[in-house]
Amino acid sequence: MMTGLRILLGAAILGGLGAAAPFTPLWLISLVTLAMSTGLVVCGLIILWRGGLVPFGQALFFATGAYTVALSGRWFGVTDAFLLIALAVIMAALVAFVVGFLLAQYREIFFAMLSLALSMILYGVLVKSETLGSTDGVNVAQASFFGMKPRGPGYTFALFWLALGMVFLAWVGVSAYLGSIAGQLAGAIRDNEIRVEYLGISVTRLVHLKLTISAALAGAGGALAALSISHVDPQMAYWTTSGGFVFVTILAGAASVPAAFLGALLFEIVRTIAVALLPGGWQLILGSVLLLTILFVPEGLGSLMIRKRATISEKGAA
Amino acid sequence: MITVIAIVTDGLVYAAWLFVVAIGLTLIFGVMKILNVAHGAFYAFGAYAAATAIGLYFDRGWPVAGGYLAIATAAIAIGLVMGYILERVFLRRVYGRDEVVVVLITYALFLILEDVLILIWGTDGRSAYQPYTEAGSFTVGGLPLSVYDIGLVGFAGLLAIAASYTIKKTTFGRLLTAVIYDRETAAAFGVDVSRVYTVTFLVGAVLGALGGALTAPKISVTPGLGVEVIVLAFAVVAIGGMGSMEGALVGALIVGLFRAGAVHLIPQLELFSIYAVMALVLVFRPQGLFSRAQPRKI
Repeated sequence: MMTGLRILLGAAILGGLGAAAPFTPLWLISLVTLAMSTGLVVCGLIILWRGGLVPFGQALFFATGAYTVALSGRWFGVTDAFLLIALAVIMAALVAFVVGFLLAQYREIFFAMLSLALSMILYGVLVKSETLGSTDGVNVAQASFFGMKPRGPGYTFALFWLALGMVFLAWVGVSAYLGSIAGQLAGAIRDNEIRVEYLGISVTRLVHLKLTISAALAGAGGALAALSISHVDPQMAYWTTSGGFVFVTILAGAASVPAAFLGALLFEIVRTIAVALLPGGWQLILGSVLLLTILFVPEGLGSLMIRKRATISEKGAA
Repeated sequence: MITVIAIVTDGLVYAAWLFVVAIGLTLIFGVMKILNVAHGAFYAFGAYAAATAIGLYFDRGWPVAGGYLAIATAAIAIGLVMGYILERVFLRRVYGRDEVVVVLITYALFLILEDVLILIWGTDGRSAYQPYTEAGSFTVGGLPLSVYDIGLVGFAGLLAIAASYTIKKTTFGRLLTAVIYDRETAAAFGVDVSRVYTVTFLVGAVLGALGGALTAPKISVTPGLGVEVIVLAFAVVAIGGMGSMEGALVGALIVGLFRAGAVHLIPQLELFSIYAVMALVLVFRPQGLFSRAQPRKI
């Protein structure tokens, strides 16, 4: 469980970032906002990852969240950012709850590939249907915040502060979940499911719960991304989007929640540079870094930090 | 009536294509326990290599029959080269690690190869329709049938027989069965597991490339064609049972006929029908139709 001190520290760091926003170039704020949306999805992936589950189709929930924001605005005229995000979270969690009855039966590669197949179905539906914008996607109307409608740079700041708030909630919430009994059981599921069953716990229901939580986070991330980019398109449900999330999770490691956000930030920065310098080589870079990370730093970059800390404390004990 | 015939013939042609792609995937999984996402890259490279070979061959105006040989040669060559590099340089390092980790390795390789493909062949589409049109067509009961498609079905049938013969009757097939059943025991009895792995991976790679090469004359060859294939082939293999050859055949037939039915009756549901049938099968038989019982490890 997290101590009050750590929560205060985290709040102070995020508050500091928020206060620094007006003195930061706008493009950087947009980039960080986008990175935080990826970070939210990765938080959800960590929950599954600890149970040995790797979803290759998390873009299903990400896109569900993003399209919920875009279509609620377009069809029902909903513009309040908080309401839009809440709707996106609910929709994504609902989709996960329904597909969870099938997905939660599976583990390992079956789980990975089935979730990939499901996300590709959504991609196929989005591309084919005119009412959902087809390949062009849908524009997202500018959101309002409790009736206020900031414009220009103010809108970017408002979204950034909103993102910081979401990150804080996700961090506290996910850390609390990972520390809870249900969260701690993830490692046990990974090691030996049958033993967990013998303890009288339904693994399937636990996996179903983990999937729904991770989908809610992915929906929040998708909603934030939709508001931040002001546009949604079927690419958000595509397998490369899911691949990006898995990539950040491997890069950061499943050890800590802050590492997920730092990893996501690193990912967005590298992507921005790569797209500028090597337009055709993005997947090449992504694949190569992924390969090198798995081969040489299998626990993720976050683990380097922890390993170092462990050696220091061991020395201290000796 | 004519719709029924159309559904059956279209379904068989589609099933034949699916079988060629899926059997390589299921073979590698059955023997090596690797779900090879890079199979999609074998397919895409096979298609591009065949399109290039066809272009070079037919530009010179050489006899048509040799064009088919050119397709096969291109596919086998690229499959062997890619399979060898992937197995020796990358997969060899991760044998024995978590299945999911190995999937991620092949996924990373797939990402890299997708871009390498564009670096080699560019982003423009290619067409290599000559072998398809030159083979001609005839009509049965008012329904045009392409000779090339019939050849494809015949090829898939031969492949099924050859695979079954190899596994049941030849020495290598028996070694393969031993490794599939229990790798460690097979190694203890002196089976060269490492060599079996290499050969299996090469055969799988060639089959993937061949699947792409045989499809090249029927479609416009464009980047990104490997993705759809890996998801479809996975659906086929999941229906049949991972690692089962009979399963791949039956899975291909089920998916092929279902899709053809959807295309002719409710075209909007084409893509959806495939996953719907997969979900349906998996609800009743979660490990696929032809899966072996797994022991519980407590």
